[in-house]
Amino acid sequence: MLTMFRWIVVRDLTLAWRRRADVLSTLFFFVIVVSLFPLGIGPESQLLRSIAPGVVWVAALLASMLSLSRVFENDYHDGTLEQMLLTPQPLFLVVLGKVLAQWLVSEVPLAVVAPLLGVQFDLGPRTLWILFISLLIGTPVLSLIGSIGAALTLGLRGGGVLIAVLILPLYVPVLIFGAGAVDASIISGNIQSNIMLLTASFLLALVFAPWATSAALRISLE
Amino acid sequence: MANSIKRIRTIALVGQAGSGKTSLLRILCGLLAPARGEVRWQGASIRSLGEEYFTAVTYIGHRSAVKEELTCLENHRINNGLAGVELTKEQAVATLAEMGLAGSENLPARLLSEGQRRRLALSRLLSSSTRLWLLDEVLTSLDRAAVTLITSVIEAHLQSGGMAVVATHQELNLAAGSFERLQLTS
Repeated sequence: MLTMFRWIVVRDLTLAWRRRADVLSTLFFFVIVVSLFPLGIGPESQLLRSIAPGVVWVAALLASMLSLSRVFENDYHDGTLEQMLLTPQPLFLVVLGKVLAQWLVSEVPLAVVAPLLGVQFDLGPRTLWILFISLLIGTPVLSLIGSIGAALTLGLRGGGVLIAVLILPLYVPVLIFGAGAVDASIISGNIQSNIMLLTASFLLALVFAPWATSAALRISLE
Repeated sequence: MANSIKRIRTIALVGQAGSGKTSLLRILCGLLAPARGEVRWQGASIRSLGEEYFTAVTYIGHRSAVKEELTCLENHRINNGLAGVELTKEQAVATLAEMGLAGSENLPARLLSEGQRRRLALSRLLSSSTRLWLLDEVLTSLDRAAVTLITSVIEAHLQSGGMAVVATHQELNLAAGSFERLQLTS
C-alpha cells in the first residue's frame, strides 16, 4: 500500500523537477504580488504592518490556485489518470500522494520565502516566525480543498476560472485563521487559538478531502 | 457476452469508429457505468468488488499513459508500479529490450516516435500477471514486427489461462478458433 503511495510522490516530484519553470512561475507570482503592496503604499510602517498578514495570505491563496489547476490536468490528457483509477489500491492513496507532492513543490516554497517578504512590511522576528508556521499549517488545507475543485473541473474549458469560483469561498476559514494568527502576534494577542483552529481545519480536510476528490475524479472520467 | 468469454476466453471487438468499442471496454473495466445492467466478475458486481477487481484486470486505452518528461525506463517502472507490479531496474530494462526498445531506456519519452510510444505503453503487458486484459486499439500505429510480437504476447497470455477482450479494426491473427468476433453496430 505504501509502495504505491511512494511511487506517486516520487513520480510527481520527478515530473515537477523536469518542469521547473511551472513551479517557479507560481513562486515568482507570489513574490511579486506581495512586493507590489509596499511599493504602492509607500514607507508608512504602521499601515504596512497592519495589512501584512492579509496581503501575504491572500497572495498565498491566489498562488496556490494557479498551481492547483495543474494537479490532475496533465495526467488526465495523457491517460495516466485512467490507469490511476484502475490501480489495485484505494484511490484516496493516489489522491493523497498527488496532493502531498503538489504541496511540497508549490506550497512549501511559499511558506519559506514568506518571512523574507515580510521584512518589507516591517514585521518583527516573532511575527515572521508565526507567519511561517501559519502558512506551513494552512497551505496543506489549501492543497487538499483545492484538489476537490481540480478534480471537479477536469477537462472543462475555462476550468481555471471555474476552479477559483468554486474553491476560493472554501478557503475563507483558512484565510481568517491564518491571517488572524499573524495579526494576533503583531498586537500580542492570542495566537494559540488561531493556530489550533488552523490545525483543526487541516485535520478535517485531511480526512474528508481525499475522499471527496476520489469521488469527483470518478465522475469526471466517466 | 458473459457466457462467450468464459467459454472461448478471447473476444475481438470489431466495428466502425463510433460503434462503441471503447465505451464497452471502459464499462468492462469499471471506468464507465453502464446505462442498464451490470458487469460481474466471478459472480460479483464489479462495483461491489472495487479495488479487488482491479487486481485481476489490465486495461490499455488508446491514450498511452506515457509521460513525455520521463525516460522510457521511468515510464515503464512507474506504470508497472501503479498497476501494483514492482520491477527492479534490471527487470525493467529486460522487458523494454524484449519490446524492441533496447538502447532508448534513458531517452525522454517525448523523443520517441508514435510507434515506439505505443510499444512502451504495451510493454506493461509483458510483466502483467492479471487474468483479464482489456485492450483498446492496441495494434494501431505499430509496425509489422510489433504486431506479431503483441499477438504472440496475447497468445501466451491465453495459453496460461488468461482472458482478453481486444477492440480492433485490424485483423487479429490469433491461432484459429481461439477467439470470437463480436461485431458492434451503431
